Amino acid sequence: MASNKKYWKNEAELNPNDSIVETLKQNEFVQEIPVDEFLGDKETLSETSTNRRDFLKYVGFSTAAASLAACEGPVIKSIPYVVQPENIVPGVANYYATTIADGFDFASILVKTREGRPIKIENNNEARVAGSGNARVQASVLSLYDSKRLQGPVTNGEPTEWSTLDAAVKAKLGSLKNSGKQIALLTQTYASPSTTRLISEFKAVFGNVNHVTYDAVSEDAALSAFEAKYGERALADYDFSKANVIVSFGADILGDWQGGGYDAGYSKGRVPKNGKMSKHVQFEANMSLAGANADKRVPLTPSQQMIALAKLYAKLNGTSAGGELPENVEKAIESTAQLIRKDMSGSVVVSGIDDVNVQTVVLAINEMLGSKAFDAKSPRYTRQGNSAALSELISSMKSGSVGALIMDGVNPMYTLPNAADFKDGLGNVDLSVVFSTNWNETTEVTQYTAASNHYLESWGDAQLKKGHYSLMQPTITELFDTRQFQAALLNWMGSDKSYYDFIKETWSASVLAGSDWGRALQAGVFVPADAISEITSDEGDPVISIVTTTDKEVGVEGLEGEEEVASVSIAAAVQSLASANMAGMELQLYTKTGMGDGQQAGNPWLQEFPDPITRVSWDNYVTVSKADAAKLGFVNENVANGGLDGSYAKLTVNGVSVNNVPVIIQPGQAAGSVGLSFGYGKKVGLKSEMQTGVNAYPLYQDLKNVQSVTIEKAAGNHEFACVQLHNTLMGRGDIIKETTLEIFNTKDHAEWNHVPQVSLDHNEVPATSVDLWDSFDRSIGHHFNLSIDLNACTGCGACVIACHAENNVPVVGKEEVRKSRDMHWLRIDRYYSSEETFEEDNIKKEEFDGLSGDKGSLGGFGELEHPTANPQVAFQPVMCQHCNHAPCETVCPVAATSHSRQGQNHMAYNRCVGTRYCANNCPYKVRRFNWFLYNNNDEFDYHMNNDLGKMVVNPDVNVRSRGVMEKCSMCIQMTQKSILDAKRDGRPVKDDEFQTACSAACSSGAMVFGDVNDHESEVSKLKESDRMYHLLEHVGTKPNVFYHVKVRNTNEA
Amino acid sequence: MYLTKISCQDSESNLINMKKVHYRNQFSRVFSISAVIFLLFSLSLFAQEEGVSGGDAVKGKQLFNQNCAACHALDRKMTGPALAKVTARLAEDEGLDKEWLYSWIKNSPGMISSGDAYANKVYAEFNQAAMTAFPTLSNEDIDHILAYTDAEPATPVPAASGASGEVVSQGGTGGISNEVILGALALVFGLLVVMLLLVNKTLQRIAVANGVELVEEKAKRLPLWKAFVKNQFLVLVSVILLLLSGAYFAYGYFMQVGVDQGYAPIQPIHFSHKIHAGDNKIECKYCHSSARVSKTSGIPSLNVCMNCHKSIYEYKGNPEGPSKDDLANGYTNEFYTAQIKELYKAVGWDEDNQKYTGESKPVKWVRVHNLPDFAYFNHSQHVTVAGVECQTCHGPIEEMEIVEQFSPLTMGWCINCHRETNVKVEGNDYYAKIHEELSKKYGVEKLTAAQMGGLECGKCHY
Repeated sequence: MASNKKYWKNEAELNPNDSIVETLKQNEFVQEIPVDEFLGDKETLSETSTNRRDFLKYVGFSTAAASLAACEGPVIKSIPYVVQPENIVPGVANYYATTIADGFDFASILVKTREGRPIKIENNNEARVAGSGNARVQASVLSLYDSKRLQGPVTNGEPTEWSTLDAAVKAKLGSLKNSGKQIALLTQTYASPSTTRLISEFKAVFGNVNHVTYDAVSEDAALSAFEAKYGERALADYDFSKANVIVSFGADILGDWQGGGYDAGYSKGRVPKNGKMSKHVQFEANMSLAGANADKRVPLTPSQQMIALAKLYAKLNGTSAGGELPENVEKAIESTAQLIRKDMSGSVVVSGIDDVNVQTVVLAINEMLGSKAFDAKSPRYTRQGNSAALSELISSMKSGSVGALIMDGVNPMYTLPNAADFKDGLGNVDLSVVFSTNWNETTEVTQYTAASNHYLESWGDAQLKKGHYSLMQPTITELFDTRQFQAALLNWMGSDKSYYDFIKETWSASVLAGSDWGRALQAGVFVPADAISEITSDEGDPVISIVTTTDKEVGVEGLEGEEEVASVSIAAAVQSLASANMAGMELQLYTKTGMGDGQQAGNPWLQEFPDPITRVSWDNYVTVSKADAAKLGFVNENVANGGLDGSYAKLTVNGVSVNNVPVIIQPGQAAGSVGLSFGYGKKVGLKSEMQTGVNAYPLYQDLKNVQSVTIEKAAGNHEFACVQLHNTLMGRGDIIKETTLEIFNTKDHAEWNHVPQVSLDHNEVPATSVDLWDSFDRSIGHHFNLSIDLNACTGCGACVIACHAENNVPVVGKEEVRKSRDMHWLRIDRYYSSEETFEEDNIKKEEFDGLSGDKGSLGGFGELEHPTANPQVAFQPVMCQHCNHAPCETVCPVAATSHSRQGQNHMAYNRCVGTRYCANNCPYKVRRFNWFLYNNNDEFDYHMNNDLGKMVVNPDVNVRSRGVMEKCSMCIQMTQKSILDAKRDGRPVKDDEFQTACSAACSSGAMVFGDVNDHESEVSKLKESDRMYHLLEHVGTKPNVFYHVKVRNTNEA
Repeated sequence: MYLTKISCQDSESNLINMKKVHYRNQFSRVFSISAVIFLLFSLSLFAQEEGVSGGDAVKGKQLFNQNCAACHALDRKMTGPALAKVTARLAEDEGLDKEWLYSWIKNSPGMISSGDAYANKVYAEFNQAAMTAFPTLSNEDIDHILAYTDAEPATPVPAASGASGEVVSQGGTGGISNEVILGALALVFGLLVVMLLLVNKTLQRIAVANGVELVEEKAKRLPLWKAFVKNQFLVLVSVILLLLSGAYFAYGYFMQVGVDQGYAPIQPIHFSHKIHAGDNKIECKYCHSSARVSKTSGIPSLNVCMNCHKSIYEYKGNPEGPSKDDLANGYTNEFYTAQIKELYKAVGWDEDNQKYTGESKPVKWVRVHNLPDFAYFNHSQHVTVAGVECQTCHGPIEEMEIVEQFSPLTMGWCINCHRETNVKVEGNDYYAKIHEELSKKYGVEKLTAAQMGGLECGKCHY
C-alpha cells in the first residue's frame, strides 16, 4: 500500500520558505565537486570543444589502438662491443678484490661485476683481517650509482673544468710556497702507506704543509692512550675468539667500536664447543648489539661505567677504589672480577668511553691480565683522527694563518659540532678545495669542489693492521668527470706519475719485499712472509702461548715495581674515574648499524634498513629508558593504522639544542641516560626522501660521545616506520629455543630442545613424525638446507643488505614501511624478554591459571606484551623457510608457487595473479606483496627509477612488477649457477660452492647453506646437531631452514 | 687454424672467379666455352711465366695461397705490401736482387735486427708487424711464388663477363614471367567477361528490336536464402558452426600474439649466415663464442669480424654462382662487398692504410630471438653441457640469408623438448651419482631432462 507518509530529513523542512532547504533540493552535492582539481580549471573546461561523445570516442579509439599495438612485440636492439675486452664475457660475472677505506668503514672485499658494472660486494675470504663487509659496506655499491653524485668539478657553485681548477690551485700553492702561511690538508683516515708517502712528498715540495686527520666519529681517547703507552698512534687489536671472558664497558664490540669488524672473532667463541663458550659481560647505557648478545648485561650510565671500571681495576689489582654504585652493580663487578681471576689470560676488558683515563686503564688491565685476545704488537690503523690538531687548525684558520685548505673524505660542516667556527675560519682561508663525491654542507661553503671518485673507481692501498696490507683497485672507469684526491695531489705537485704507478713504487719499495705485485693485486690482500710465520706460530701451539702468558704475568708484577711513573699515572687515572660524576641526564652518542657516520645518507638501502635493535627504519631518535619516559611524559604508541608513533623531545647540551627529536622508549636503556645516533639529519645534496632524522653532531662537543644533556618534552607526535611492533615472545619459547650452558652440558637434548608432541592414536608422538601428506622422495640430487645458529648470529644485518642487492629487492620508502609493506625478503626479528629472562616468560605462561587473579591469563598476557627494563634480547633471522609441506603452495589458485625436489619453494612471478592467499596462509609471514610498481616510477624516487641507479640491478634475477607476490628464493640463481659450473666442468659440486647471498655475507658463520644429500657437507652435519630445531615445528611444515638452540652462558663465578 | 682456412678459401675463390659463369639453363654450352677459354688462357700464362722468373706459376700460386695470402695480396696493400711484380719493383727501386728476397722471406726478423736498410724501412712502414719467417721454403719454392707474383694479373675473361651478363638478363625474365603470365591471364578473363556482357546486351537489343518477347521466368519457388532463413534448424547449426569456427580462429589468433616465429627483421648491415655458416662452413661458436660459457650466445663484437675481414675485403661469390633468387634480391657481389665496407665504417678500419682510425660506430643489430625477461635461459647449459646443436632451436641457420626465428620459443615448446630429450650423462662426473640413483628409481637407463627436474617452475623463472 502506498503511503502518504512524508519523511523529514530536517527540522528546517517544516518551514516551506527556508532558503537552505530550497538550495539543498536543487543541489545534489552540498559541496561543489572540485572538478578543476582533477580535470583542469573551469575556464578551459568550458572553452573546450570536446563533448562527452567525443571524449568517449577518444577513449574507445585509444583503448582499441593500445590493445592492437600490444599485440605486436617491440623491436629490441642489441649492441655488441666494437672491441670486446678480453676478460669480459657477456653474461658471466667477474670478481675483483679491492678494499673499502672511506674513513669510517675499512674492509677487504670482492666486487662482483657484470659486463663491467659492479653489482655486488662479497666478502674476501683470503683476508685475515677485516675480510667481511658490514651492512654499510654491502650497500656501498649503490652509492656508486647515486644519481645525486657530482659529475664534475665545481667553482663557487658553478660547473668548471679540471684544467681551470688545476691552474687556480697550482698558482695559489706556488704563491704560498714561501709566504709563511700554511697549506693545510684536512682528510679522513686513510691507513694507506702510499697516501702517507704521497703527503710527505707533497710536504717536501711545498714546505709549510700541515696534515690533519679527522674522523667524524672520533676515537681520539683510545688513540692517545695507546700512543702514550706504546708510542704509536693506533688502536689495540682484539681477537675475541681467543677470549673466554669478555668484559665491555660501553664498547659496542659488535657495532662500530674502534672501527668495527670484531663480530667474526666474537661469534667463533660464542658457539659452544666441547661444552665451552665465552662469557660476555656488558656494562652499558644504550642497548647496543653487543649488549643484546651479552650473557649478562648491566645497564649503567657512562659515568657509572667509569666508576665500575675503576672498581674492577682495583679488585683485580688488589687495591680499592671509591665511588658509589648500586648494590647489584657492585655484586656484578665482584662476580666479574672473580670470573676474570679464574682465567686471567683468557679474559679481556674493553671500553668505548671517550676518555683517555678509561682507555689507559683498559690497556693497563689487559696488560696486567696478559690477555690472549689483546694485541698491542700489531695494532690497527683504521682510526687516526686527532682532535687537538683539528681544533688547532680551526683556530689558525680563524687567525688567518692558513693559506690553503684542501679537504678529502670529510664533511666538517655537517660533522663538526663547531661548524660555525669552521665556517668563520674558512672565510679567512685564501684557497679552499674539497674533494667530495656528492654535493654537501662543506662543498656549499668552499671555493672549489673537486668531484672525487667513488672507491670502486679508485686506486689505493691500506694497512688496516700492522703487517696486513690490502689493495684497492678500480672496478669500473670513472662514471663522471671525477678524479681521486691522490691523483690530483700528484698533479699539483707537478708529477706526471699516475697514482697507480705511485702505489706500485711504494709497494715494491717497502711492502712486497720481492713478492709478486700481480698476485697481491689479485688477492687484494698481502701479508709479508715474516708476518705470516708469526701469525701461524701464534695460532699454532697452545702450550707455548700458555707459557708466554705466565711469563707475562710475572713480568707485569715486575713492571709495577720498575715503572712506578706509569703505575702512578694509572693510579691517578683510576682515581679520576672513581670520582667521575655528571650532572643531569647523560647523553650517549652512538652510530647506528645502518647509517654509521652518515656519509652514505643518500643510500636508500641503508635508509630502509631496519635498525637491529629498535627495528625502526628511515629515522634516528633519542632512546629513553622506560622509567625516564614515564617521568618526562614520553610515550610510544601503536596507532590505529598500524604504525608506531612517538613523542618529540628537545635535547640541549651546553646551550646547543636539537629540536623535535623523536623518542623511542628503549628497554635496557640505563635510567638517567639517553642515546642518540649520528648520521642523520643531512639536508644538502640529498633527495627529499633521504632527508631523514635529526643531526646529532652539534651535540658532539669536544668530540666526546658522552655529554650532559637536558631533555624536555616537545609538542607533537612523530610517525615512525617500524617493522616490528610486537616486541616480546610472550612465553612462546618454541619460536626461539633457549637454554643455559649448564643445562646444555648436563642434560639430554630432549629436555632443552623439546620437540612438540601431538596425539596420534591416543599416543603422544613428536609433531615432526606426523604427516598429513605423502612425503616426496628428496633423497636424490641436491637438497638444499640453510642452517642458522642463533648463538653465532649477532643481528648485524649484513645479510639483509646482501639479499637486497642480490635479489633486486625494491626500496619502498618510509610511508610504505610504516604501512608494513616493507619488501625485505630477509628480516631479523628481535625479541625482548618480558621477565628478566625468556625462560621466566615461559614459566609465567605455563603457570597461568584461570582468567583473572594473580596468575590469571587475562592480565598476565597483557604484562607479557611489555618488555622489562633490562630484558634479555634474542635475534632471529627469518626468511622463507622453504617448507617441504608448504601451506602457501596448497592455496595458490594458479599454482604460481610450487615445490622443487631440491627443497626450494619456487615462485613464478609471471604466473602470480596477486590473490595473496599464500601470504595469508604462511605461518612465518615471509611473503611480500608488490603493492606498486616500484621501478620506473617517480613516486618511488630511490634508485630503480633512474638509469644510473638501475645499473646495480642483478641481471640474473627478475625485477618484479605490481600485483605480484615475492619472497626469498633461497638464491636459486646462485645454486643453479653452481650446478651449471660443475656440469660444465664435469665434476661434482664442492660443498662451499653452494651459497646464498645471506650465507655468503655472514661473517660470523651463523648462516651455513648447502646440500644435505651430500653427507660430507657442513650443513648436513649441522642438521644432525642436537641443537637443531625448526621454526614452529608443531605446524608440521617441515621447513628446509633450521635453527640452532641459543645457549646462554649464565655461569657465574 | 683460421689462417689456413682463409688461404684455402682464397684459392677456392680464385677458381670461383672462373667458374661463376655457370648457369643451369646453359650449363653445357657455357661450360664448354669457358673450359676452352680457361685452357687457352692458362696455357698462355704458363708460357709467359716460364720466361720471366724461372719458376712454375701454378705451383707458385698454390704456395702463395698457402703461405702468403693471409697477409699479402697481389694488387693491394694488406698487412704486408702488395706483391705484384715484386722482383721488378725491388730491382728497379731499391736495387735489390732475388738473393735479398730469399733471405728476407726465410728470416725477416734476422734481417731487421741485422740492420738491413730496406728491411727496416718496410718494417717501419707496416706498423712494425714483423713478417713470419719461412725457413721451410726452399729457394725453388720462392722462385715459384715469385713466378706467380710476377705474372700478369689475371684480367677478367671477356667471354666470361659476356656470359654473366647474359645470365643477369635471363634471370631477370625468369623472375618477371610468373607475374606477367598471371597478369595476362587476368586480362584475358576480364576481356572475356566484358565480351560476354556485351554480347548479352547486343542480343537483348536485337531481341527487343525483333520483337521477340523475353519471358521473365519468375521462380515460384522461394529464393534459396529465404528458404534457409526459414529453416531454423539449419540456421542454428550454421550459427553454432560459425561461432565454433570463429572461436577456433580467435583462439589461434590470440595464441600467436607474442609468438614471433618467422620474425626476420632487416639488419643495419646485411649479414648473411648462409655465406658464413653455410658456404664457408664457419663453426657457429667461432663467432658466438660465449654460447659455450655464458647464458647469452653473444652477438659477436666487431673485432671478431675483423679477424677475417681484415684480409677478406671483397666478396667473390659462392661456388655455384649467385642463384636466381639472390640476384632477384640484389645480392650481387658488389652488394656484399658494400656490406663489408659498412663493417669497416662501423669498426673504423682505414682500408687504404690498413689501420684503425679509432672512430667506431657500434652496430645496432635488431634482436631476432627475444625471450621475455621472466624466463631464464642459459646457452652454455644447452650447448656445452647437453651438446644440443644450435640448429635444433635456431633452424637451418646456414641456409638463411636473413636470419629468422625458427622456433616459436613458447613455454610449451621448451617443455616438449625437456620431456623428450635425454640428458647427456656420459662422461660427465656431475651426473654420475644422480644418474645412478635416478635410473634405479625410474628403472630406466636414459633419463629425460624432465625426470631430472627440468620441468620445475623455478628452474627457469626466478
